[in-house]
Amino acid sequence: MTTPTIAAKFAVPAQRGAPPAAKEITTKITVRDLDFYYGRAQALQKISLQVPERIVMAFIGPSGCGKSTFLRTLNRMNDVIPGTRVDGEVKIDGRDIYAPGTDVVDLRRRVGMVFQKSNPFPKSIFENVAYGLRINRITANRQELEGRVQQALEGAALWAEVKDRLKLSAFSLSGGQQQRLCIARALAIRPEVILMDEPASALDPIATSKIEELIVDLKKQYTIVIVTHNMQQAARVSDTTAFFLLGKLIEVNPTEKMFTAPDEKTTEDYITGRFG
Amino acid sequence: MTTFTGACTALAISLLLIILLYIAWQGIGSLNLHFLLESPRPVGEGGGIGNAIVGSLVLLMLSSAFGMPIGIAVGIYLSEFGKGRLASLVRFVVDTLTGIPSIVTGVFVYAIIVVPFKHFSALAGGIALAMIMIPIVARTTEEMIKLVPQNLREGALALGAPQWRVTLGIVLPAAASGIATGVMLAVARVSGETAPLLFTAFGSRFFNYYLDQPIASLTVEIYNYAISPYDEWHAQAWAATLVLMSLILAINIVVRFFTRRKF
Repeated sequence: MTTPTIAAKFAVPAQRGAPPAAKEITTKITVRDLDFYYGRAQALQKISLQVPERIVMAFIGPSGCGKSTFLRTLNRMNDVIPGTRVDGEVKIDGRDIYAPGTDVVDLRRRVGMVFQKSNPFPKSIFENVAYGLRINRITANRQELEGRVQQALEGAALWAEVKDRLKLSAFSLSGGQQQRLCIARALAIRPEVILMDEPASALDPIATSKIEELIVDLKKQYTIVIVTHNMQQAARVSDTTAFFLLGKLIEVNPTEKMFTAPDEKTTEDYITGRFG
Repeated sequence: MTTFTGACTALAISLLLIILLYIAWQGIGSLNLHFLLESPRPVGEGGGIGNAIVGSLVLLMLSSAFGMPIGIAVGIYLSEFGKGRLASLVRFVVDTLTGIPSIVTGVFVYAIIVVPFKHFSALAGGIALAMIMIPIVARTTEEMIKLVPQNLREGALALGAPQWRVTLGIVLPAAASGIATGVMLAVARVSGETAPLLFTAFGSRFFNYYLDQPIASLTVEIYNYAISPYDEWHAQAWAATLVLMSLILAINIVVRFFTRRKF
């Protein structure tokens, strides 16, 4: 299959593409030679990758290729799974997050996460967003708390829809709204990085497009890493794309290049639908 | 198949209905305000079971005060923290504890509490009942907490919540209504216990407000009246049974009301 066909299939909007050149690009996350094991099974092999600040990086690859596992190593969410082991180095702002003595709680404050299946707490809409602020004692008084909750809900493009029913259960929201609530919850504590694990995979097209608009918008303030099964989605929202296969990182390139002229034959085969 | 299972279901339900109706029919005659408020009198002079109602409530509160926190804590340990052989051992011990005949619990508490303190007491009764409650509460709590989806825990952890706050602030509330059901089952179970109280709380003919003194309870009162030779006391035993059943029902409704799903 030839390159123009791929380009036609994954037309990348012209205004994005490479990250804005005017801004100085600093590296937010540096991963070097990362191996990951579930018990004896090795799930990731020698992953090395750099994520620049304030861009959207998408991870693509077939199911079971390790992209979600890799995402979860970035905020040490895999720690909660018994029998897992990590080798190698993950540095965020130059600090190794797997170094002994690392404050995992603080790490997770700085590296927020949105999950595949929306997981609002069994609390009111307001309390869901306030939870992170409360447990981290971020706000000094009720007024400040309410302000931050509103900002977070506005940031997740949800405020207009819920401002009159903040006291209602989070489960009263639709699926797409619940996922945006989870994004708002993550935004409330103002993380530096937001990890998203297939955030729109359970949503209908309209809710998905809202989430995608939101992701593009959030890039101004946050570094975003998103795992997605949907290659069109990767093409629409990301600046850089990384392709994983069988626990290995095959290729990282600017999204436009990835979907028009990938360096690797395997990437091209995957993107054009020959497997996966 | 449908007919057979349906018939068995009808049989099971009708058993309960027959028991309830029979108790109501037998008991309602002796039921009046005096009966509910007064303490027992000699045969032929009426009297009531007010002291036994108070005593039963005191015993239930005592046993819940000991049994609930310990049982819930064990359940949390088993589901959230317990890993490997120690947890299996604890689970086995808890299961075995569930199977211990309540009379044995009563005799045990008699030996370790009543004998050293030289008299029967409400406290000893409460402890005996708590020992019966703990394994029931622990296992239900464990099962209910295990039903809380893992992604809820991860969601809270991802916001920088330490483990203990996730357990107390997210997992426990999410499992609260289930845990309350377990606690209710345990309370209902121990409120019907007679054997462990015979050796511990013993029973009393008077209102008692001291925890180091013997205390009356509905079950022991029912037992004493039922084995007596007097028709009047038999009737009072039926009425006391009706009161006991209503009490359990009332506690059930109140707890369900307060722990119903709010969100």
